[in-house]
Amino acid sequence: MKISRFLITTSFCLVLLLLGLAPVMAEGVGSGSFQKDTGIEISFGLPVDEAWAKNPANFDVYEKSDPDIKIAVDSVTLDPRRISATLRFKEPLNLAAEYVVDAKDITSDGKVIGARQFTIKKSETQVLFGLLLGAMLISNFVFTKYLGLCIFFGVSQKKDTAIGMGITFTTVMILSAVMCWALLTFVLLPYNLSFLRIIVFIGTVAIFVQAVDTILRKVNPYLFKRLGVYLVLITTNCIILAVPLENADGGHGPFASFTYALGAGVGFAIALFLMACVREKLEVCRVPPSFQGLPIAFIVAGLFALAFLGFSGLAIF
Amino acid sequence: MNRNLQLVWNGFIPENPIFRLALSLCPAVAVTTNIKNGVMLGVSVLFVQVMSSCTASIFKSFIHPRIRIPAYVIIIATWVSVIDMILPVVNPAVYGEIKLFIALIVVFAIIISRLELFASKEPLVPSFFDGLGMGIGFLFGLCLTSAIREFFGAGQLWGFDVLGFKPLLIMILPAGGFFVIGFIMATFNWIEYLRTGKVPRAAGGH
Repeated sequence: MKISRFLITTSFCLVLLLLGLAPVMAEGVGSGSFQKDTGIEISFGLPVDEAWAKNPANFDVYEKSDPDIKIAVDSVTLDPRRISATLRFKEPLNLAAEYVVDAKDITSDGKVIGARQFTIKKSETQVLFGLLLGAMLISNFVFTKYLGLCIFFGVSQKKDTAIGMGITFTTVMILSAVMCWALLTFVLLPYNLSFLRIIVFIGTVAIFVQAVDTILRKVNPYLFKRLGVYLVLITTNCIILAVPLENADGGHGPFASFTYALGAGVGFAIALFLMACVREKLEVCRVPPSFQGLPIAFIVAGLFALAFLGFSGLAIF
Repeated sequence: MNRNLQLVWNGFIPENPIFRLALSLCPAVAVTTNIKNGVMLGVSVLFVQVMSSCTASIFKSFIHPRIRIPAYVIIIATWVSVIDMILPVVNPAVYGEIKLFIALIVVFAIIISRLELFASKEPLVPSFFDGLGMGIGFLFGLCLTSAIREFFGAGQLWGFDVLGFKPLLIMILPAGGFFVIGFIMATFNWIEYLRTGKVPRAAGGH
C-alpha cells in the first residue's frame, strides 16, 4: 500500500521534528522546568548553600495569574553540584499554567546574594506535543477511552478498508474540530449560547460530512468510490463529537484543537489497523463456535487495551 | 396490545441492542465500572430513545428523505440537551462521572438506527413501545455488564461492600470492559446454540 507507507513516513518525520524542537524551546534564563506534575526544577547558575536550599520557606511559589495564592512547597532536593534544586509539591501542578518561583536571600558560600525570580511555563510546542502524544497513544481514544467502538468493530475486518477509513476519518476529524472551535469562539461564547453546543457541534459534523460527500462525488469520483462508504459512517462515530467537546472543556486554542484532533484521528487509525491485522489472521483460526465473530474481537480488543496500558508510563512531557 | 408487548420483548432479549445488534458499544464498555453509572446512563438513553422515537414518528411526513439523517440528529440532540440539563440537578455526583457520555448519546448508533428503521415508518404508539423496548434492553445490558464488573473488580454492588476484597482488579480497568462484553456475547450465543442447535451469526454492524 503506497498511501500507508507515505502516511507512516510523514507522521514519523513529524514526530522526530517535534522531538528535536521541544528541548530547544524549553531552555531560557531565569526559567525552570516541570518535573512531571509534582515538581519544579530551577537552576541557580552557581553553587548554593545546602542549609539554605533545604528550607522550603525560602521559596515562594504561585501561579502567575493569582500571585496571592501561595503553593506549599513540600520538600527541596539539591543536585550533587549544588547548582540546581528540585521543589516538590503535595498538590499536583496545573501543567498548562505559568508558575513563578521567588527565591529569597540566596546564600552561596555563607554570603547572601539576593533574591531571584524564576518563571516556569511549558512551551507551546511542549503542550502541543503532549496533546498529540496523549490523544494518540497514552489515552488512545479506542483502547483507553472506549470511544468509536461501533466503527472500530464494524470496519476492522480487512486492512484495506481499515486504512481507507483511517485516512477519511482523520481528515474529517481535523477539519470539523477546527470548525467547531471557530463556531464556539466566535458565535457560541460571545452570545452566551454554550448550552447549545451539543446541537451545534453535531449539526456541524453532520452538515460537514454531507458536504464532503456531495463535493467528493462531483470533484473526484475515484476517491469518492474508495472513501464514500466510510463518510456516512463517520457521523455515528463517538470520537467525532467527543473531540470538539473535550476541546471546548479544555479551552484549547486553534492549534491545540488541531493537534488534539490529529492525535485522535491518527490514534484511531493505528487502533483500526492493528485490529485489522489480527482479525485477518483470526479468519483462518479455529475459534470456538460461540466466540466466532464479535465475541473474539472483543477479547482481542481487551488484550490490546492491556498492552496500551503500558503507554501510561510515557508521560515525559 | 399484543403486538406492543411483542415489540418491548423484542428489544429486551431477541434484538438486545448491546449483545445482539452490537450497537452502541462505547457506553457499554466505558461507563460500566459500577452499577450506579450504568443505571443512570441506561435511564437517560431510555428517555432519549422513547422521546425521539415519538418525535420522529409524529413529524415523519414533514421530513424530506434526503435530509432525514441531519433531521434525526437534531431531534436526538434536542432531547439529549434536555437530559443534560436535568441530570446535574438530580444526581450531580454520578453526572460528573458520565458527563461526556451523556453528551455522546447523540451519536449512539442504537437511537438513530431505531428512528431510521422503525419510527420513520410506523405510527406513534408502536414507535413508543419500540423505543421503550430498545431502551429497556439497553438498560438491561448496561446493568448486567456493570454488575459483573463492579462485583469482580471492586468486590462491591451498588457501592456496598459485598466481598470485602477485590478478586480481579482487571475488571475495572479499560481491558476488563472488553473482556466482560466478549464473554457475555459468547454466553448469549451459547444459550442460543443450546436452544436452537445452531450458532447465530452476530449482526456485527456498526
